[in-house]
Amino acid sequence: MSQSHVKANEKHPLFPIKNVIGFVLSLILTFVALGLGAAHILPFGPIMLIIMGLAVLQIAVQLFFFMHFMESDGPAYHVIGLTIGIINAVAVIGGTIWVMTFNSQVH
Amino acid sequence: MFDRIKSFASDFFVTGEPMIYASDVAIVLVLAAIIFTLTFLKKWKWLWREWITTVDHKKIGIMYLVSALLMMFRGGVDALLMRTQLALPDQNLLDPEHYNQIFTTHGTIMILFMAMPFLFAMFNIAVPLQLGARDVAFPFLNAVSFWLFFFGALLFNLSFVIGGSPDAGWTSYAPLTELGFDKGPGENFYLLGVQISGIGSMATGINFLVTILKMRAPGMKMMRLPLFCWSVVASCVVIIFAFPALTVALALLMIDRIAGAHFFTMLHGGNPMMFLNLFWVWGHPEVYIVVLPAYGIYSEIVSTFSKKKIFGYKTMVISLMIISVVSYFVWAHHYFTMGASAGVNSFFAVASMLIGIPTGVKIFNWLFTMFRGRISMKLPMLWTLAFIPCFAMGGATGIMLAMAPADYQYHNSYFLIAHFHQVLIGGVAFGLLAGMYYWWPKMFGFRLNEALGKWGFWFFNIGFYVCFMPQYLLGFMGMTRRVSTYSADTGWTDFNFISSIGAYLMGIGFLFIVVQVLYSIKYGERDLTGDPWNGRTLEWAIPSPAPHYNFAHIPEVKEVDAWWGMKERGESLVQLNRKKKFTPIHMPKNSGIPFIMAVFFFISGFGFVFGWYWIAALGLLGVAICMIARSNNRNTDYHIPAEEVEETEAAYGRV
Repeated sequence: MSQSHVKANEKHPLFPIKNVIGFVLSLILTFVALGLGAAHILPFGPIMLIIMGLAVLQIAVQLFFFMHFMESDGPAYHVIGLTIGIINAVAVIGGTIWVMTFNSQVH
Repeated sequence: MFDRIKSFASDFFVTGEPMIYASDVAIVLVLAAIIFTLTFLKKWKWLWREWITTVDHKKIGIMYLVSALLMMFRGGVDALLMRTQLALPDQNLLDPEHYNQIFTTHGTIMILFMAMPFLFAMFNIAVPLQLGARDVAFPFLNAVSFWLFFFGALLFNLSFVIGGSPDAGWTSYAPLTELGFDKGPGENFYLLGVQISGIGSMATGINFLVTILKMRAPGMKMMRLPLFCWSVVASCVVIIFAFPALTVALALLMIDRIAGAHFFTMLHGGNPMMFLNLFWVWGHPEVYIVVLPAYGIYSEIVSTFSKKKIFGYKTMVISLMIISVVSYFVWAHHYFTMGASAGVNSFFAVASMLIGIPTGVKIFNWLFTMFRGRISMKLPMLWTLAFIPCFAMGGATGIMLAMAPADYQYHNSYFLIAHFHQVLIGGVAFGLLAGMYYWWPKMFGFRLNEALGKWGFWFFNIGFYVCFMPQYLLGFMGMTRRVSTYSADTGWTDFNFISSIGAYLMGIGFLFIVVQVLYSIKYGERDLTGDPWNGRTLEWAIPSPAPHYNFAHIPEVKEVDAWWGMKERGESLVQLNRKKKFTPIHMPKNSGIPFIMAVFFFISGFGFVFGWYWIAALGLLGVAICMIARSNNRNTDYHIPAEEVEETEAAYGRV
């Protein structure tokens, strides 16, 4: 345990440039989404599509800039984790759209 | 000036209710007594050094356990008040408003502030020891989790005397919880208390998943994990993927309430059903979060007390993982009556019924493990045996509820109430109590008195059936949940009266458990062997209570029941101590930051509850400062010298 600590300290540069870039990117993505929602310059459908695209980009930013997605020492548990995560996201988002679309028809 | 203070205080404090005045007095007296005792015995320093700043998983586990038992008491008193109110028709013990508050706090506390911390107590106490690890993967984060839970629960419970309790049910459905219908701070207490403790739960889920994946003893492959650890894996996976939905649901509702947004309102494009949807995206997996570890506890106990290897280890693991994945696909069964399409309802109905298959596999595996085993009827085994028929019945009524067309009849009736109490008490509470009895000697070094525990067991069990069986019938007779009273000509009086008797029997059962603990603290038989049940997994290979560093030498694991295998080959950790030299042990340092950070979260939450944003901002600033302080702290761990390890082992007589 102590050895891995030392190694981790050596590997990282003093200024966390990668994290800062990630932070800025994630903020940009968030505010673009917020702006699109608030500005009403596009119809509902395209806005939803663009925001979903931004969400996917956001996931990529989080994975690569913060979650050390490319680093691993040992079995690739994070690949299994990501797979379950994708199943879950598809189930929840797809399921919600499916369940709620009908509900809005009844409204 | 004085008038202003008076009018502020009459809004701020809950007034007009004699029971609450009595509680105010009780709270002040208990606080004074605690402060006096601590000061008188000069224990403040001890409390800070040994408990508040600890990052030791064993101590954190004990703190979770104590908090959970206290919360069980409060939730139980809520339940008894409700049952007293409903025992006879047309009673006025609780007015409707007060009744609403009580069922809300009962539900929220029992699920989020009793079942969850009780589980985390079991995680903390057993998982690192079963893995042969010296602590969890992130000990500091573990302390943060505990204190966030603690202060979240405190904030929630504060609503009892300050500001007024939430009153919209533990599900807190919009639009009832929107500002237009629910002005008071009560609902804010719910949102913030649950949100703050939810951060802690999320962190615990990550922490234990990483612990199990990364910190196993050498030779412990995944397919040699004790089944409790497997159940924790399954539960943590569900925590990690389900809790964000709750966070989002509560956060959006809070934005609606404090910033005037319209996510879940009736007008301006809001959709209240979306709150239900998000709530149950978390809410249904939540019941698997609490029941899966209980399955793990039963597996350990059945195998230990039948003196047999668990039947069908592989199928147990597979069924745990299937449940944890299928649990994402069932949430809409909580609102079949919303009127979604036949396709939606059929899909979620079938998915809900599918859960019954892996669960059935597990039930049969437990039965086959007991078959031809030499069963010893100790307390953990008694609770496990009581669980099987109770949970089977709860499961069967669950399948009835899962049938979408039939659900239109049962929905929100007492049939549903009886069903979920049967699975949550019969499945989760029994499992947690069984686990508490099972690991108690490992936590504290003494055994609990069996005779008193048996009284508690029988009162609680008989009380359970007397309380909840009539409720199935009441459901069929048309009694809906959350009614604060009923008239005699509904014909519900008899069954309600019987049900209330049962609730009191369960209360007596709980008192027996409390007496049992107090009695055993003084007179309990000391556990000198470290292995009082003739156990099978590694936690029983070390002395009770476990030393600070858990394992002086970490054993090599060769099979599923690692300790049982060692015993059969005549090996022990004492031999390992004699064979190998003692080496310094690397341990995490205690830290006050988790506690202080949680206090700031509490302050911030309190500010948000009353809309005093400068307090809220101050609290968040404090949280940020704590995080920065921790990030810049390089002095986080130390080594226990080899001599000290040797001395400790010698004190246990193990060198």
